Parts: sequence; C-alpha cells; structure tokens
Amino acid sequence: MKMPKIITKNLNLWYGKFHALKDVNACFEDKRITAIIGPSGCGKSTLLRVFNRMNDLIEGVKMKGEVLISGANMLAKEADLVNLRKKVGMVFQRPNPFPLSIYENIVFGEKIHAEKIKKSRLEEIVEKSLDSVLLWNELKDRLNKSALSLSLEQRQRLCIARLIAVKPDILLMDEPCSALDPQSTQRIEELMRELKKNYTIIIVTHNMQQAARVSDDAGFMLLGELIEFGRTDGIFTTPQDKRTEDYITGRYG
Amino acid sequence: MRNSKQRQKIAFFLLFLATLLIVIPVGLIVVIIIQKGLPAINWQFLSDMPRKGMRAGGIFPAIVGTLYLVTGAIIFALPIGLFAAIYLSEYAKENFLTRVIKLAIVNLAGVPSVVYGLFGLALFVVFFKFGASILSGSLTLGIMILPIIITASREALESVPQSFREVSLSLGASKWQTIKNIVLPNAIPGILTGTILGLGRAAGETAPILFTVAAFYLPRLPASVFDQAMALPYHLYVISTQVPNVDEKIRYGTALVLLAMVLFMNLIAIIIRYQFRKKKKW
Ligand SMILES: Nc1ncnc2c1ncn2[C@@H]1O[C@H](COP(=O)(O)OP(=O)(O)OP(=O)(O)O)[C@@H](O)[C@H]1O
Ligand SMILES: [Mg+2]
Repeated sequence: MKMPKIITKNLNLWYGKFHALKDVNACFEDKRITAIIGPSGCGKSTLLRVFNRMNDLIEGVKMKGEVLISGANMLAKEADLVNLRKKVGMVFQRPNPFPLSIYENIVFGEKIHAEKIKKSRLEEIVEKSLDSVLLWNELKDRLNKSALSLSLEQRQRLCIARLIAVKPDILLMDEPCSALDPQSTQRIEELMRELKKNYTIIIVTHNMQQAARVSDDAGFMLLGELIEFGRTDGIFTTPQDKRTEDYITGRYG
Repeated sequence: MRNSKQRQKIAFFLLFLATLLIVIPVGLIVVIIIQKGLPAINWQFLSDMPRKGMRAGGIFPAIVGTLYLVTGAIIFALPIGLFAAIYLSEYAKENFLTRVIKLAIVNLAGVPSVVYGLFGLALFVVFFKFGASILSGSLTLGIMILPIIITASREALESVPQSFREVSLSLGASKWQTIKNIVLPNAIPGILTGTILGLGRAAGETAPILFTVAAFYLPRLPASVFDQAMALPYHLYVISTQVPNVDEKIRYGTALVLLAMVLFMNLIAIIIRYQFRKKKKW
C-alpha cells in the first residue's frame, strides 16, 4: 500500500475560543479525489485551509496535533510555509483570477519562485498549464487579453492552470463549482478526474451528487468532528454512523 | 395626501437650493478671477522677473519656487506616506500602538496650516539650521500633506480585494511579494489621486511657507535647496496687502495662475480616477 499524502493526527483548531476542529484523524491518499461533506459551518473549509496553512492569516487561530504532508509535520514551528504552499495549491469558491492578462495570471507563480525568469520557460509553462485544463486551444490566440474577459468556467479553469503552473502535488478545492452552471460543473468534474492522475485532490462540496460522482474517498464532518471517513462507495451505500446516514439521505439541512 | 406632496416639493426645492448655493461661489470665484486676471496673462508675465518693486514684470520666480516646493514636498511625503500606509493596512495588528498612530494621523490632518509653519520654523529652520530655505519649506509642506497621502493610500490599498492577497499567498508568494506584485499595482491609481490632491494643497498654502522659505522679493531663481524662494501664494499675499499700488490686473493674474495650477492638478487626479473606474471590474 502507498504512503498517504496527507495524514492528520488529533488535529484541533480554535478560532479564539471557538473550537472549530475536534480531533480530526484522517489519511488522504495520493492520486485520488477525497470529498469532504457536511452541513454549513461544520468546519470543511477550515480543515482544507489547515493543509496550506491559510488559516494562519486569521488572527487568534490556534492549532494542535499533527498534519503530515509527505511525511513532514506542517504544524511544526520550522515548517516552511512558502514551500508548503507551493506543494499544496488551492482553488477557491469564487473564480478569482488577478486583473491581469491570461498570460500574466499563469506565469505569476513562476515569476515569484524562479531565480531567473526565462521567456521561453514562461511560454512553455503557459502552454502546458493551459493545456492541462483544456483551455490552450481556446485561448492560445488571446493570451494577452484580460483574464476578466473570460466566462466564469474559463476563469475557474484559468485559476486551476495558474495553480498547476506552480507544480503542486496536492490540489485543495473549496466548492470549486458552486459559482458555475450545471454544464460547466460537469466539465470541471471531468477535468478533476483527468487531474487526479497526477495530483492528490481534496474537494469540499455541498453537492452530494458531486461528491458521489467524482470522489474516491469521502469524509463526513459535523460540528468540527470528522464523523466518518472511508471509500465513497461505502459511505454512500452503507454508512456506519447514524448521523452520516441522516445527512446523506437529506435529513439534515 | 396633497399636503405631503407639497411638502415633498418644498423639501426638494430647499435641498436643490442648498446644492446650488455650493456651485455659485465656486463659479463666481472662477469667473471673477478669470475676468480680472486674464488680461494680465501673457508670455512675459509668466516668464519674466518681477520689476519695479513687483508693480510690473512677471511672476516667473514665484512659479518656479512653487514648483520646487511642491516637488520637494512630494519627494519627502510620498515615500514616507506610502510606506506608512502599507504598514498600517497590511502589517499592523489592531493594538494600542496602531490606534495611537491612526489617531495621530487624523489629528495631523486637522492641525491648522499656520501651526505647521511655526513647527517648521522651530524644527527645520532653527533646530536643524536649514535656515529659511526650499528644504525647510518643502519638509514643512511635506508633513502637512502626509495625512492626505497616508489616508488616500490606505483607502486605495484596502480597496484591493482580500481574495487577491489570499490567492497570491496560496501560490506561495511571501507577504512582501504579494504587496509588491498584486496589492500595490492595483492601488496605484488611488495612491496617485491622493498624492495629486496633496500636491494641490501644498501648492496653495501660504502659512506653512511663510516662516520657512518664502522670500518677499527675490528677482532671481533659487540656486540650491538652501536658498529662499518666492512662491505663488505668498507672492499673492504680498502684492495684495504689503505693496501699495499694485495693478489689480497683476494681482488677479497671479491668483489665476495659482488657481489654474491647483485646478490642473485636481483635474489630473479626476482623470486618473475616472480611467481607473472604467477599467476596474472586480
Ligand atoms: N475567521 C473566523 N473566526 C471565527 N470563527 C470562524 C472563522 N471562520 C470560520 N469560523 C467558524 O468556524 C466554523 C467552521 O467554519 P467553516 O468555514 O470551516 O465551515 P464550512 O463547513 O466550510 O461551512 P460552509 O459550508 O458554509 O462553507 C463555523 O462555525 C464558522 O462560524
Ligand atoms: Mg466553506
């Protein structure tokens, strides 16, 4: 068996006095899609943002426990946040390209991280990244157009491409389709299946069908606790916990 | 029913009248100054030294002096103001020190300009021994416009969506890289606007330069930053109150040049803001 990409051990998180994550223990495996589901406010985004330490931006956040990413504890004092965030990328709920050209959006990461910026390298990155989100043919003739001229779906793809350009191992997606229409959602899901060949993907979603459709593993959260975690098939067909079953069958809000 | 409609009309009329009352003085000022000043304006007036005890000739040294002072003020105030704004909006935690700093900025904005003049006299002219000089005057004006620049820059920085910062950080950029590459470029129009408004203010004030730089009558151009200089607002004051028998034309001509300079700067600020609004889409 492969070594899991992310392991959380007794992970706890507080926003000030509010206990938002309670003893979360989970393994996220490589080259699979793991869905995190649960009612609003249960801590899904919070958990996701632990993995790239984006919660650190919020004042008064305290974390305890361990988060092992490729074996190294990311909650340790000496953890290198810049490198962590290069390895663990995030796709946000609202497609949020920078108000720059398509080209500049994609090379942003390379310009930040590369010691020497080479034009040929940048062009290669743009083509590769756009290609991997199936946008290259559509956009190759208008790379210098503003990213804000794109449709929502294209913007979200562009955001994924911008992320891929940094060469992460893990993609965190927080409700990546909630701003999109059903067709676009379907196409992004196809893209996710494509991407999982090369990445570990963790997706937060409110959409039960989406979780069932795209994910290999799933975790159900409630009030900061990870109630159940396992293969998606199992969770959806034979949930072990009454609360999971209630949620999946729609008995929670 | 009828009654309430009538009241509505009266209220509307009064509000409109009040608004009109704002426009009238502005319009009158501009009209009168143009009408009385325009005949004085010609190339010689703009490019010549004052002559015959300022009763004839041009206002060239005063224009140059004002340009020097404004430039000096901005060289001093823009970097400090911008850095302070970046610190306050991007780095400062909400604590006692931060609150004190913000309070100080608000109060700085409310200090009467003549107090800045006295302060500049005490600190730059006397204590630092810069004497009455362009340097002292610029520094004094710079301090005066600091709050304008800080406030405008902070607003500009804070109007850059938080999500841009998050994305940039999530792509592994450091905080400073995020500020430099994402936040600042998107805030520049707002910062520029504030800076230009500050410039306009600096160009028009008399009191801060009164004790720190302004020369009563200096029919030559300043040779260094340690020289005194003439400046438009002070020159206007002098020829209007201190020198008898100055032709009305010359006084209003000077006022017109000063007004045109300040309005021109404000116009640039408006254009920048407008251009930015047009492009901004988030
Ligand atoms: N910055 C914050 N400060 C204090 N409490 C917070 C903060 N962010 C989130 N919380 C609280 O933590 C809990 C979990 O929030 P989180 O955003 O992780 O929920 P979620 O499961 O993603 O919800 P949703 O499905 O609505 O996105 C909520 O009760 C929320 O109120
Ligand atoms: Mg959420």
